[in-house]
Amino acid sequence: MKSIAELEAIRKRAQDGVKLRSERDGVRVVVGMATCGIAAGARPVMMALVEEVNKRQLKNVVITQTGCIGACRLEPMVEVYKGEEKTTYVKLTPEDARKIVAEHLVNGHVVKECTIGAYEK
Amino acid sequence: MDLYRSHVLVCGGTGCVSSESEKIIDTFNELLVEHGLDHEVKVVRTGCFGLCEAGPVVVVYPEGAFYSMIKVSDVPTIVEEHLLKGRIVTDLLYKDHTTAETMNSIDDVGFYKKQRRVALRNCGVINPESIEEYIAFDGYQALGKVLTEMTPDQVIDIIKHSGLRGRGGGGFPTGMKWEFTQKAAGDLKYVACNADEGDPGAFMDRSVLEGDPHAIVEAMAIAGYAVGASKGFVYVRAEYPIAVKRLQIAIDDAKENGLLGEDIFGTGFDFDMEIRLGAGAFVCGEETALIASIEGKRGMPKVRPPFPAVKGIFDKPTLLNNVETFANVPQIILKGAEWFASIGTEKSKGTKVFALAGKINNTGLLEIPMGTTLRETIYEVGGGIPNGKAFKAVQTGGPSGGCIPAEYLDTPIDYDNLISLGSMMGSGGMIVLDEDNCMVDVARFFLDFTEEESCGKCTPCREGTKRMHELLDKIVDGKGTMEDVEKLETLAKTIKGASLCGLGQTAPNPVLSTLKYFRHEYEAHVIDHKCPAGVCAALLQYLVIPDLCKKCGICAAKCPVNCISGVKGKEVYLIDQDKCIKCGACLDACPFKAIKKG
Repeated sequence: MKSIAELEAIRKRAQDGVKLRSERDGVRVVVGMATCGIAAGARPVMMALVEEVNKRQLKNVVITQTGCIGACRLEPMVEVYKGEEKTTYVKLTPEDARKIVAEHLVNGHVVKECTIGAYEK
Repeated sequence: MDLYRSHVLVCGGTGCVSSESEKIIDTFNELLVEHGLDHEVKVVRTGCFGLCEAGPVVVVYPEGAFYSMIKVSDVPTIVEEHLLKGRIVTDLLYKDHTTAETMNSIDDVGFYKKQRRVALRNCGVINPESIEEYIAFDGYQALGKVLTEMTPDQVIDIIKHSGLRGRGGGGFPTGMKWEFTQKAAGDLKYVACNADEGDPGAFMDRSVLEGDPHAIVEAMAIAGYAVGASKGFVYVRAEYPIAVKRLQIAIDDAKENGLLGEDIFGTGFDFDMEIRLGAGAFVCGEETALIASIEGKRGMPKVRPPFPAVKGIFDKPTLLNNVETFANVPQIILKGAEWFASIGTEKSKGTKVFALAGKINNTGLLEIPMGTTLRETIYEVGGGIPNGKAFKAVQTGGPSGGCIPAEYLDTPIDYDNLISLGSMMGSGGMIVLDEDNCMVDVARFFLDFTEEESCGKCTPCREGTKRMHELLDKIVDGKGTMEDVEKLETLAKTIKGASLCGLGQTAPNPVLSTLKYFRHEYEAHVIDHKCPAGVCAALLQYLVIPDLCKKCGICAAKCPVNCISGVKGKEVYLIDQDKCIKCGACLDACPFKAIKKG
């Protein structure tokens, strides 16, 4: 190692690999991963979220899974918890998931057309 | 690089490895492939989590779900439920001893709440065999800062101002040791790390080496820069194979990445290090004996002065610090002397790692700020004493320490308080004793150890520990007199004052402290011929209580020496005291509690 910059570069790269373990608060993105969710295609949605969050190097975002949310007909479902505010997205595709990361998590705008409210109308 | 949505951390400390954690890791990996999750979920082998009582430990992130006592057969459930479907397996989660509550997240576990992790900060968090993970958690930043921004004098100043004291037992101010070595005249100097952890039941150094080996590599390089040394030795016992292996991997990786070797960070500073294996002699933890052993000689202590800082390995000035001491160094450099000095008490700064064992619910490794009371440590972190038994004493400092009775439970733990109570910090062993422990027997246990480990060089220790052991044997056998107790005390004081090294100077401590606080137990053995705790076999009697005996004969059937006589259904049974071997089989066998021990 010939310089501090070199160490810093390794650190930046390596931190992405371990941030799951250090971040305990911030935005929580929960994917419904019960049998109903998985059958409806929750897995590709989840992986799209993981990829997009890492690509954009977002800090303070935790992606976890949960069991059946109860509205199986609306799967794949994703819930975003930002402080007190909770948004429920339904019938998602991997593309929708990427859009949610870009619009909701980065820019702070809820993707209205994917929310449960928009669908139920 | 693959992206993972979840990390499964499995404890790879020696304790959990001995309960099949390697097999658990293999099973996780196999099942993840089978379910097509191997690109989403990563399995990481970490160092010790500290809560060894609950091992093998598995923690799943991002939830932080804390699974305890996991068996290989539990792995499919965790994979299929938690990792595949996102349902945390509640049945396998850790349950708190005191509240009987199930803990969802590692952050909620009471054992960790009062702890403050400085030396153990990476243990149970990173993969110790990955230099990248260490770097991700600010590893080698301190070395970079020291080499590019600070002079050796500034480094020593920070260590001095932090108030860090040696964690191996003596508690000597670390900064002063560094300064002495720096100021010593010599063309060649060495840095050495004492990882010859010998106290029975102590395993903090092993856990640091197993869980965060790079911290030691980094700290030794920093020390090398500060004192002007370019070569380091780690003296570790061969009985720690996992620690040795991981430390070697760390050294090799550091060399490969140019963090050891020549011209580190392009600053012209060279530092290299190697491991020396010890054969596990207790005396080799004493610094002059350790140095002799590194030089390839028989491990025996020498008279000091000259101290190692002046004349150490191969007669060159040598800085010798303990593993835990070194583990604090990178943090002090990064966060500053004031930060470190803000933790702890007036004269003992920072935190201390303890290995908690004996009659305690949460057996394991814990790190608490200096000044935490014994009561908080034992009842809040340690979870109290099992089976509702009464606390009798806590033994600190291993064979060199002493026993502290219940009336001092509210004493804040620091170097000076423990010494004033007749015990010592030592390397941090903490053995909890309850009403079923005989203090004379405890003292005898430690004497048995020090007698065995005495190197034999000086007479007070070689002969004295043997004579003390004989006197204790006599008392335990019920043949002791009050003169023997007095003789024991005189002998102990003489050995303490006249021995050459720390081993002999501290070996009488278990006897002296039990005599000080539990003299009544010695007297009970000698005068009343009774062992109040019911431990010493020669002073025990098993008796049938005639009123409770139902004449069933089960005791007689169980007795291995046929010393219980009676007639089934007609006659109360009787134990022949001359033949009885005091095994206690009858007591356990009697369904009516009609046999008493006394």
